[in-house]
Amino acid sequence: MELKRTPLYDTHHRLGARLIDFGGWEMPVQYSGIVDEHLCVRKAAGVFDISHMGEVEVRGPAALAFLNQLLTNDAARLAVGEGQYTLMCRLDGGVIDDLYLYRLGAENYLLIINASRVTDDVTWIRSQHEALAKGGELSVTDRSNELAAIAVQGPRVVDFIGAVFPNASTGGIAGVPVAALKKNQIGRFGFGRGDVWVARTGYTGEDGFEVVCPATEIEAIWTQLFAVGRSGGLQPCGLGARDTLRTEMGYPLYGHELSESITPIEAGLAYFCALEKAAFNGRKTLVEQKANGPRRNAVAFTMTGKAAPPRAHYPICLPGESGAVIGEVTSGTQSPSLNCGVGLGLVTVGHAVIGSAIAIEIRGRRYPAALVKKPIYRKMTS
Amino acid sequence: MQNVPADLKYASSHEWVRLEGAVATVGISDHAQHELTDIVFVELPTVGRKVAAGEACAVVESVKTASDIYSPIAGEVISVNETLVADPGLVNREPFDGGWFFKLRPSAEGGTGQLLDAAAYARQIGG
Repeated sequence: MELKRTPLYDTHHRLGARLIDFGGWEMPVQYSGIVDEHLCVRKAAGVFDISHMGEVEVRGPAALAFLNQLLTNDAARLAVGEGQYTLMCRLDGGVIDDLYLYRLGAENYLLIINASRVTDDVTWIRSQHEALAKGGELSVTDRSNELAAIAVQGPRVVDFIGAVFPNASTGGIAGVPVAALKKNQIGRFGFGRGDVWVARTGYTGEDGFEVVCPATEIEAIWTQLFAVGRSGGLQPCGLGARDTLRTEMGYPLYGHELSESITPIEAGLAYFCALEKAAFNGRKTLVEQKANGPRRNAVAFTMTGKAAPPRAHYPICLPGESGAVIGEVTSGTQSPSLNCGVGLGLVTVGHAVIGSAIAIEIRGRRYPAALVKKPIYRKMTS
Repeated sequence: MQNVPADLKYASSHEWVRLEGAVATVGISDHAQHELTDIVFVELPTVGRKVAAGEACAVVESVKTASDIYSPIAGEVISVNETLVADPGLVNREPFDGGWFFKLRPSAEGGTGQLLDAAAYARQIGG
């Protein structure tokens, strides 16, 4: 199958990016190098093309009730211009996708979904629409093909992003400069011939913004960002750094920490499940697991000695040379910030004790590691 | 512009070998280290191990992925570059010098007939 390309494909090519197949998309994995880009986001600023991600709009008087049945978090908590992390579960509690839900207007919501899940998500949402809407007025529109997106992340971004969007917002959180958006707030800003949505959020653990706009505008925004941000250290960053940054924070990646056979409770995401809601897809399983404890727990760990970097599917064991296997690594890498191996995993209930010693089996050999609290990397506060 | 020293032989899997008398030194090419970038861990064979040509006998790990290193020729491992254990980035900085992986005593049949010369390897990597 031919790989899909984002509107920034030519830009990546010109910048010398190394491109890989990521869920059917030809995406930049790195430009200057993963470690360099990672540290640039931690210290200064980086921009990621995330146009491969999907966007679904849900509108109408029945939108809130529908979304609150479809998703685990409580959408009723969102004022206009606010967003929340949330999960979409099957009826048995398995995760179909994790996503960001934004309330753009009184009866207008935007779902930002994973690239690899767009088809499954839209099919599921439409089937649920038919099953649940019961005549309620509601439209579901997949806008993934017409919209593009970038994430601009790092402590310096707030210093220059206002120069790209100089006017106050006109929708969502209205009447504020872009740099005045608070975490998880979204505003509509003029750019070129159209409007773009800018949210203060990200997937790196750093301060930053995500910009969602018509595909036709994204290259101009990218260019403008570099015009004003280069002196602030802005660099293009690929999916390689995006992955190491999120792993250091312990953020889940669908297909690794989350899947249709892992529930949000097992994944440690109970905070994003409003179990007090009267009814929503997966609620029965999640309530049960919350009350009785799940069979597996999500954990984070760091290697404690010289070791190869942990990788997905390596066995997690009790310490020593022959400790029992208690689980599996779901994501692992060499942490550029900490300069040691770090990872996330799932272990059998009873073993997820922060501080306890474990071992990771790498090519038949056991290497010592320890369970740690998330985030694995914590920013020094000065 | 690829750096492909003329005095070395190359495997199509991107290892180089330097033959000096009865000792063959093995490493990975500048092209390979550039493709891997940010090498963070190297696993070396044990001294005394007998390896066949094309046998996986070391591992190099970048931030993103683990890759096998194949011995370009048959022989017995007579020493390994312990410096890489503490400083794997040396493979990125000096792929043809300080970043060597291991030395072999080539076996009798351990010829270099299957290997590429510098010009042929440069063509393979499009240099």
